[in-house]
Amino acid sequence: MKCAVLNLARQDMVRMNKRIEQVYALFAEAKQPLKFMEVCGTHTMAAFRSGLRSLLPERLSLISGPGCPVCVTANDSINKAIAIAGCPDTIVATFGDMIKVPGSTTSLERVRAQGGHVHVVYSPLDALDLARKNPDKRVVFLGVGFETTVPGVAWTIKNSAETGVANFSVLCMHKTMPAAMAALVSAGPIDINGFLCPGHVSVVIGSNAYAFLAEKHKVPCVVAGFEPMDMVGAIEMLLRQIVEGRSSVEIEYSRSVTPEGNLAAQRIIQEVFEPCDAMWRGVGRIPGSGLKIRREYAAFDAELIFSDIAIESDDENPACICGKILRGVKTPYDCALFARQCTPSEPVGACMVSSEGTCAAYYAYAKKRGA
Amino acid sequence: MCLAVPAKIVSIDGEKAIIDTEGIRREVVVSLIPDPKVGDHVIVHAGFAIQKWSEADVAEFNGLMDEMRSVEPGAPGHGPHE
Repeated sequence: MKCAVLNLARQDMVRMNKRIEQVYALFAEAKQPLKFMEVCGTHTMAAFRSGLRSLLPERLSLISGPGCPVCVTANDSINKAIAIAGCPDTIVATFGDMIKVPGSTTSLERVRAQGGHVHVVYSPLDALDLARKNPDKRVVFLGVGFETTVPGVAWTIKNSAETGVANFSVLCMHKTMPAAMAALVSAGPIDINGFLCPGHVSVVIGSNAYAFLAEKHKVPCVVAGFEPMDMVGAIEMLLRQIVEGRSSVEIEYSRSVTPEGNLAAQRIIQEVFEPCDAMWRGVGRIPGSGLKIRREYAAFDAELIFSDIAIESDDENPACICGKILRGVKTPYDCALFARQCTPSEPVGACMVSSEGTCAAYYAYAKKRGA
Repeated sequence: MCLAVPAKIVSIDGEKAIIDTEGIRREVVVSLIPDPKVGDHVIVHAGFAIQKWSEADVAEFNGLMDEMRSVEPGAPGHGPHE
């Protein structure tokens, strides 16, 4: 029985099987091999963990995109965070995923083991609290994440300005998703037949943000939720667009996402940040795909506060193909390091570090091709 | 990296609120969603409520959860993620 892999109760298997059958029927009607990119790292994980990938038609592939914020953080930025953690009277506060990411020669985790002050926090609010409780230290929050995370960081910067917390700052490495998706479809040679657009990024930016992908680049887009039933539904919607010969932006995850998004969150992002070019690991510089702190909030910009520290040169392991994996043109099986020198306990590249990284997902759920 | 989980607002104090997620309570900022009220269902990411769920949304989610009854601990079925 197909859906045994999804651990469903018997009556629910029937419902899921019906949806899967619909997917097979539409795929047959489409009469071509298809590649859908799940842009978000959590979709990658959900697709593996649920066993969904193994239920899809063989020539309908799900490829993973650049939607793991830790994975796309440039080596140079990691080196900078590591250098800041080594400064006297300084505490680096970060989401947990960042601490294992290898820079050129070390990681935040190793710096911490050697006595560096690196704190793992759940929220930027915790970093601000840390600054309030340690007035004699500089507390630097590592701002990593896409539009889901950015409004909270913007609120925290604004709040620290309003309440006069002078020892708090943010090393801003935030990135925005639509510009990266545009870069993917414009760069070639990736043939992406549809995007499963990220659910919680879309809560903030709204599904209208992808309209240019459907209109200009003619790529069907569906914003998907994170339950297996959501993802199958979204795949079905993408197939339907292809069969009907249209490309538009549709929302499967309608319980959380609207066309216009969260306007208050968008406003606070614009108030505190402005767009800038950003380096994406393995992809390179993407115009307008990053965010930097506006001049009005320069006092909270760790980039300026620590502008004179020495940073290690930007050396990545030349054998690591994380970049190509992030663009969806290679899979971890194509990498000579995968599951040999590069494992979750000793990661070489960023895609192996984050639990949402493509290599970590393959390592956990499909270490061998065809597994 | 960035989980977003469904939660219910238990009390509100200015821009902040106490939310309950499966019995765990914590303070979050609710000023990024329109007109937050005690009893509202929200989704929370890294200390911030980023969206409200209507009663219909909650029912849909619960329906999905019933549909996706999972037998494996840690398998999907514990809220939306990202």
